[in-house]
Amino acid sequence: AFPKRVKVVEVGPRDGLQNEKNVVPTPVKISLINMLSETGLQVIEATSFVSPKWVPQMADHTEVMQGINKLPGISYPVLTPNLKGFQAAVAAGAKEVSIFGAASELFTKKNINCSIEESLERFDEVMTAARAASIPVRGYVSCVLGCPYEGKISAAKVAEVSKKMYSMGCYEISLGDTIGIGTPGSMREMLTAVMKEVPVGALAVHCHDTYGQALANILVALQMGVSVVDASVAGLGGCPYAQGASGNVATEDLVYMLNGLGIHTGVDLQKLMDTGTFICNALNRRTNSKVSQASCRL
Amino acid sequence: QESQPSGLPEYIKIVEVGPRDGLQNEKVIVPTDIKIELINQLSRTGLPAIEVTSFVSSKWVPQMADHKEVMRGIERHPGVQYPVLTPNLQGFHSAIAAGATEVSVFGAASESFSKMNINCSIEESIEKFEEVAKSARNMSIPVRGYVSCALGCPYEGNIIPAKVAEVSKRLYSMGCYEISLGDTIGVGTPGSMKRMLEAVMKEIPLSALAVHCHDTYGQALANILTAIQMGVAVVDSSVAGLGGCPYAKGSTGNVATEDVIYMLNGLGVNTGVNLYTVMEAGNFICTALNKKTNSKVAQASFNTGTI
Repeated sequence: AFPKRVKVVEVGPRDGLQNEKNVVPTPVKISLINMLSETGLQVIEATSFVSPKWVPQMADHTEVMQGINKLPGISYPVLTPNLKGFQAAVAAGAKEVSIFGAASELFTKKNINCSIEESLERFDEVMTAARAASIPVRGYVSCVLGCPYEGKISAAKVAEVSKKMYSMGCYEISLGDTIGIGTPGSMREMLTAVMKEVPVGALAVHCHDTYGQALANILVALQMGVSVVDASVAGLGGCPYAQGASGNVATEDLVYMLNGLGIHTGVDLQKLMDTGTFICNALNRRTNSKVSQASCRL
Repeated sequence: QESQPSGLPEYIKIVEVGPRDGLQNEKVIVPTDIKIELINQLSRTGLPAIEVTSFVSSKWVPQMADHKEVMRGIERHPGVQYPVLTPNLQGFHSAIAAGATEVSVFGAASESFSKMNINCSIEESIEKFEEVAKSARNMSIPVRGYVSCALGCPYEGNIIPAKVAEVSKRLYSMGCYEISLGDTIGVGTPGSMKRMLEAVMKEIPLSALAVHCHDTYGQALANILTAIQMGVAVVDSSVAGLGGCPYAKGSTGNVATEDVIYMLNGLGVNTGVNLYTVMEAGNFICTALNKKTNSKVAQASFNTGTI
């Protein structure tokens, strides 16, 4: 049986834009987030308080955070890779933050130049500060179904990292198929292991559609009781590990499937599609959402 | 029906429809020798069934005008079926004369679609197919039946599962060995797929069912997964996702064979098909058509240099 309701976590403005080549002007980012706020989405990941040297797209994090309309009932989490980023985020008005771990040592080394253990120590500082400020923290685990460097990732490793992050105080763990290589088979195996360590109510899936498997993988996760799903409007955000390939699953395509399953999301699909059209025009690119593509011509 | 601990079939037959359904919905007319080369490459992938062409009037479907030459020109690999579409008795006889050993007929679960597509009612189309089925039976030629609009119609919108079951039953009763249920405009979701299959499974044995999903709304793999979880063990797909949707301009149509196989491999389901060789065939036809593949697996694999 499927969950009756699913919380859709919109990552377009952060994960999506971060992986788009064109740097988007601040007013456009703000308009995007404001439009998303009108669709019924309850969670919109707004930006990342990371050094602009590493991620130029997110250099305007403070302006974005301060410039968006913050509607009541909607959460606007931001990425905070370390204590410094956390403090800047809170100063800019953030009320929820996210930290990014990984199930792969090699990925962690290449991505943030330290080991998994060291990254968790850094996060512990953020956790302590967040707890003191009553700020909820969401934990991401990357490479849960495969790593661009290590290849296969053991489900036990994913469970171990997830458990650590949950024990540290993350209220939710988002399991990311970073390179989209997973299938319903590996998704089931991974979730079975993780669900032994983290309650299913605290789990989310963050699937990439690089191999076209995202919706099928999400379907399996839902069948196993997961009720939080990350997605990106218009499928924004390519895959940095497979040039020209797609990345995030499109929120429109996800909502279309959930609607068809009779699962409540609270999201207005038409408003979502309109938002996707807006940002694609601004980026001068075509949408990655098949629902959007098909609907334009009906 | 053998199933694994996961409840899925142990083996799934992939029916490759790229050379017919795929090319039929591509704008560029493909030269006969390219069609033949495509089919020959597909014959070497392990695919058990390849729909090669359609014996329909070239006035209606110019892409399939070379049906005789294609049928006669392809290599026939042992263990591989090469069905062809035969909309009526005339097409059937022509197909047999050209060497066909299996044929397909196309019904629809929507009156409007039937009228708009082949200019007759569902009942009238069934009568035509019965003529074909009768001749086929006499010659021991297997017939596959398709039901279009199984999850929705571009004209009527919603299609009730009972109607799909009714049309499927008519085709099965007249002797079709397999019924391929087509989500013609790709509007279906796992919800509607489940409801439709539940209704059809009351009338047709599971082993005689196939699903033919279009990916126009990105739902195909999720729909196929739902079907195979319910025990369906035959899946239609099109190499490189050839074939757009004539009802949503610029949109995709058929689900890509590569993406289906990738999913089934990951589920531990046997198909007998070599994914890499299918990708090569996809690369060949996309180069010939001067278009990008619709397969995400092919896109990702060719760009990272890894498979």
